[in-house]
Amino acid sequence: MDEQLTWRSGFRDVLPTVFGYIGIGMAFGIIANTSHFTVLAALLMSLIVYAGSAQFVIVSMLAAHSPIGAIVVSTALINARMGLMSMTVAPLLQGENMVQNVLAGTLLTDETFALTMNKLNHTGHQLHSSWLHAANIGAYSVWAAATVLGAMVGQMIPDPDVLGLDFAVVAMFIGLLYLQIITDKSDPRRRQVGIAVFVAICMVLMMRFMPGNLAILAATVLGCLFGMGVRRFDH
Amino acid sequence: MTTKVFITILLAGLVTWLIRVVPFVLVKRFKLPAWLIDFLSFVPVAILTAIFVESLLIYRPGQWPGINIGNLLASVPTFVAAIISKNLLLIVIVGVISMAVVRLLGWA
Repeated sequence: MDEQLTWRSGFRDVLPTVFGYIGIGMAFGIIANTSHFTVLAALLMSLIVYAGSAQFVIVSMLAAHSPIGAIVVSTALINARMGLMSMTVAPLLQGENMVQNVLAGTLLTDETFALTMNKLNHTGHQLHSSWLHAANIGAYSVWAAATVLGAMVGQMIPDPDVLGLDFAVVAMFIGLLYLQIITDKSDPRRRQVGIAVFVAICMVLMMRFMPGNLAILAATVLGCLFGMGVRRFDH
Repeated sequence: MTTKVFITILLAGLVTWLIRVVPFVLVKRFKLPAWLIDFLSFVPVAILTAIFVESLLIYRPGQWPGINIGNLLASVPTFVAAIISKNLLLIVIVGVISMAVVRLLGWA
């Protein structure tokens, strides 16, 4: 990763996330297929909803004949954390016009968000929509293609889980978390590690009472409040 | 594809899109207060940790979460790869191979 914020570098920087999108996207296609959804339905879900874990939940809820309202509310809860990510990225594009902002927000994912945060450590905290659009479009296309592939040939090829491809996305988050902590100079490393440990403990406690997706949101909010408290205490 | 499936996809897509886009519109229109900027500066580390730890746990309603042994085991060499290489592509490749090996050995 370098300091360039061009389309070209956006496509290059998004490359490592491709494996994660292929693994999870194909898994989604396969599950949609085995749950008797057409290839078109699976593709539309990936194009219109475009949110990994929410799509799995939608497929299983539709298969279980849940009411539309319940499915939409579940989707909103699962994706609520995206609001936090959008709000974190938005100030960086404040100087660009509304169209660029809306486009950037439309395709933002966990992965491209995390990538963006890492990129900032190389660019002196600057961002340009060209780079983000390239990363977003790269991710979006691979996600859609992997979904179609999974839905079409799902039963003929080996389960991507066996190949370990489903772990690609976890590996990517491990990498991005580690790189974030070692390269972010805006905060002392000790404090960043402290926040990570605090959030990890929160996750275990929260998941006693709520599913993982909600725990992510709750633990992130608590982690940020904890960070604010520690920063104030240190000063 | 039935009408219900189509409507569900449209509505789920709409609500997801709003969650993603509304913050951009608001931030563009209004200046964020200092405390919120302070709060948001911790989002990257907090959310990445939360997403990672979630993948190590298994939600069991009414009980403490279980541990996803496969992901936990595969995470160890992946972390080592991160420390040594600091290269995202390599980290992902090591992770995928680690998980394949963990499954091959029947550990998960």
